[in-house]
Parts: sequence; structure tokens; C-alpha cells
Amino acid sequence: MNFFLLSLIKAAVVAFVLLTTLAYLQWVERKVIAHIQVRLGPSRVGPHGLLQPLADVIKLITKEDLIPPHVNKILYLAAPFLAVTMALISISVIPFGTEISLFGVRTWMQLTDLNIGVLFILAVSSMGVYGVALAGWASNNKYALLGGLRSSAQMISYELPLSLAVASPLLLANTLSLRELVEKQAGFQFGFLPNWNIFQGPWPQIISFVVFLIAGFAETNRVPFDLPEAENELVAGFHTEYSSMKFASFFMAEYANMVTVTAMTTILFLGGWQPLFPERFGSHYVPTLAFAIAGAVSLYHGLNPARKRDRLTLPAAAIVFFAIAFAFALPAVQSALVPLFWFAAKTGFLLFVFIWVRGTLPRFRYDQLMGFAWKFLFPVALLNLLVTGIMVALFS
Amino acid sequence: MDVFLFLLFAIIAVVCAINVVVQTHPISSAISLVGVMGSLAVLYLLLGAEFIAAAQVIVYAGAIMVLFVFVIMLLNAGSEVRRGRSIVVQLLGVPLLIAFLGLMAYFVQRLYPSAASVKFGAFRGGTALAVGRALFTQYLLPFEVTSVLILIAIVGAIVLARKELD
Repeated sequence: MNFFLLSLIKAAVVAFVLLTTLAYLQWVERKVIAHIQVRLGPSRVGPHGLLQPLADVIKLITKEDLIPPHVNKILYLAAPFLAVTMALISISVIPFGTEISLFGVRTWMQLTDLNIGVLFILAVSSMGVYGVALAGWASNNKYALLGGLRSSAQMISYELPLSLAVASPLLLANTLSLRELVEKQAGFQFGFLPNWNIFQGPWPQIISFVVFLIAGFAETNRVPFDLPEAENELVAGFHTEYSSMKFASFFMAEYANMVTVTAMTTILFLGGWQPLFPERFGSHYVPTLAFAIAGAVSLYHGLNPARKRDRLTLPAAAIVFFAIAFAFALPAVQSALVPLFWFAAKTGFLLFVFIWVRGTLPRFRYDQLMGFAWKFLFPVALLNLLVTGIMVALFS
Repeated sequence: MDVFLFLLFAIIAVVCAINVVVQTHPISSAISLVGVMGSLAVLYLLLGAEFIAAAQVIVYAGAIMVLFVFVIMLLNAGSEVRRGRSIVVQLLGVPLLIAFLGLMAYFVQRLYPSAASVKFGAFRGGTALAVGRALFTQYLLPFEVTSVLILIAIVGAIVLARKELD
């Protein structure tokens, strides 16, 4: 098929899935946080609040779009656009799975594979700082300005340990292309331990993994590093003066950055779409099993309903889960979608960790945040890179 | 397509560069400079030097210019006030500029008389592998000397900052 047409279709599919994921990620976050805090969370709009994202989108679109007086109009309007564009662009180089063939067309589950993929993502994410910094400056509001200043300082500081942590798995894999990075992590040691970078010798990459994840939390302005939007000090931080879709753009950018960081962690350290254990132990039946268990649990709770509406909604969900489980049992679907399942499962677990941490940890103080980055995280990342470099030079 | 993209981004680069000087507010000038860096990166990419392009965005647009913007925001620098220009500038400015551009054109003509036209994407040494190999074999001494230079700059910054603290 025509390369141009194929790319267009793939881009449309990826954009649709990504935007739906972003909308529902917010629902998942609210639900998980609610359950951590022993509340119910959104439950009014649709069954179990499942239509809440839709209601939020309608609310945000129809809200009055206010431009406060004395703002720098061009930069004020450009900032949310910049933030959301830079957040969404990086998904274009993320590989979701292996090569698949659909209607006789063979294509990779990835929009494009750059031979500088890792650098591309670093470059795009470093440009994302402008959205936040300019939003804070152009708003003509001291809380917004302080939020913007904090976020630029924080993002510059945490970009250093982030880049240094990225360098170690690159040393092991010897490539900058994200697809090759995942392919290098195929196979198993001793027949069961996956060849993922996090488990790989000669120097265990668990330190790089932890440093990358911590710096990732800071880069996405998430709790415990959400100083740029600390409510009790700065009202809402850099987006205080934004309303309607402009506010929604910042919100979307934050969630898109979260997806990018978790997807990058999966690719760099957790083996991308490679399974957790070898196929001879039946790893390709894991999706079937997982969805069948989910269906069985739904069915059980539907037959013993805690609430009246569960009698209807949960069996319906069970039927959907069983259908997906059955689809994963088909050999034709299996070869194409099982890698995608592993990628989504790992990324989803990391996203859950992000939400879990938000529900668990309190916020840092500002000087602690900077001290932690420069006096602890940066030296650790530097030493880790040095040791990894020496080990790789000596043993491989 | 290549020529069209080259012209487009060359024009953006030049317009942004003029804008850096014309704008009165430091933030607007800094953002225009980011535009220059970005379009330069695209030009590198068109020539086939993808590593340089990525490094250009990461280092210049993503790190150095963010620091510039950060400092401008921190100092809360206001718009620059245009004072009346001196009579010398008004009289000699334009002729000197034309003379300078003419001199540049002359030297380029003299140094590269029969320059072959640039082929887009023909350059093959732009990958990270090629750049790394060149840096650590052929240009090892300049590379190490530069790192020492940066070390001196870091030590100097710390010394200056300490003096302030005491």
C-alpha cells in the first residue's frame, strides 16, 4: 500500500487510542485515588462513572474562555498549544509491538522508527518546558509566575539525572533506535530470567531504573514533585489564569507526558513488548487467562450484587472480558496482539505506580526538591553511568 | 520537496534572527532565538546530520535558551527603552552593513570558487555512531581540551558563588 496513506491511517489510529487513553487515565486516577482514600470516586455519570471523562470534556469545551487583561497575548495563547504539542509528538516514535500483517499489508506497530529515537524524545521533552514557563510568565499573575519559575528550575535540574540514567541502558544496547533497543532485550538468561536491561549484567541497571523513574516523576510535575502547582502555596501554579480548553490542554499535556515517561521506562528497562517468561511456560496464554479471570470476577460480583445496578452492568462487563479472552486464544490474533498486551500491561502497571505514589506520598518542600536533585540524584546517576561504562568496557 | 523545506526553514531562521534584534522585550527576543535554533536543527536534518540536529535542539533550544528565559523571568526584566540614535549610527549604519555583507560575499567567493551544489541528504557521516567515532579517534585532543575548559568554567562559577556567600 501507499506509504503515505498507510502512515495516515496509523497516525489516526494512534491518535484516537492515545486521546481515549488520556481521557480514561484521568478516570482511572480519580477512581484509584478515591479507593486509596476509602471513597467511591466518580460514580454518577454512567455505570461506575465511566462516562465521567466525556462529561468533563463537554464541561471544559462549553466553559467561558477568559483572557485576563494585561497578559502578553501571543505568548499567553501559544503556551498551552506548545505544551500539548510537545507532549503528544513523542508518541510518534514509541514502538508498541512487533510487525503485524493486516489485509495483506505488513507494518510495524510504530509510527516511525528514527535512528535517533531516544534523542528525539529527550529533545521534544526538553522543549516542553517552554509551554509551562511561558504560561507562567505571560499570565501577568505572581502565583503563575512563581509556578512557571519553579517548574523551569525543576525540569532543568531533573533533566540531568534523567539523561544520565538513559545513557546506561544505551551503553548495554549500543543503539539509539527504540525498536532495536527492544529487540536487543529479547530472549532469556538461564532459561527463565528475561534479558531485560533492568536484570542484565555486567552491572545491574536497577539503579538507573530507579533514578529514571524518580526523575520522570519530577519531569511530569507529579506528586511528590508537583511544586509548580502546589495548591496551598500558589493557587494553581502556572495555569492559574487559564480556563476552558486552554486549561484542558495543560491537563492533557501532563497526562500525555506521563504516558511518554512510562512507555520510555518500559522500552529502556522492562523490555518493551517482550514477555515476562518464555513461551514454553505458556506466556502467550497470559492475556487470555488475565481477561478470563477479570470476566469471572465480574460475573461473580454481578450474580451477588452489592448495589442494584451491578446486576446489569457487571455481567455486561463480564461478557466483554470473555470475548476479549476468547479473541486472545485465537492463534492469528495471538501472534499480533500478545506483544501489544505485554507493552500495555507494563506501561499500565507503571502508570498505576504513578497514581499509587500520588495517593501515598506527601509533597516535597522546594529546597528539599532542589537539594535532592543536585546533591543526591545527580551524583548517583553520574557514578552509576561511570561504573556501567567501566563494566561494559571490561566484560563485553 | 527538499528545496522547498530548505527555503521555508531558511526564511523562518532569518526572520526569527531579525526579530531577535527588533523586539524590545527580552522574552520575545529569547523566544525568537529559540525559533532560530529550531529552524537550524531542521536545516541540519535536511542535510543528513541527524545527531547534530538532535543535539542542537537538546543543548541550545532545550537547555541554554531555557536558562536564558529562566533568568529573564527571574530578573523580571522590562521592555528596553529606545533612545534617540547618535548621528554617527544614523549616517554610517547602512553603508557599513552593506560593506560588511559585500566583504563576506567576496571572501566566500574567493575561498570556495567552484563549490559543488549541496545535495540534500547526501551526507552519510551524521549518525550518532559516526559522530562518536570521530570524536573519540580523530578529534580526541580537542574533545578532551574542551572538557577541561568546561571543568574550569564550573570551578570558576563555584568560586564566584562562594565569594557571594561568605
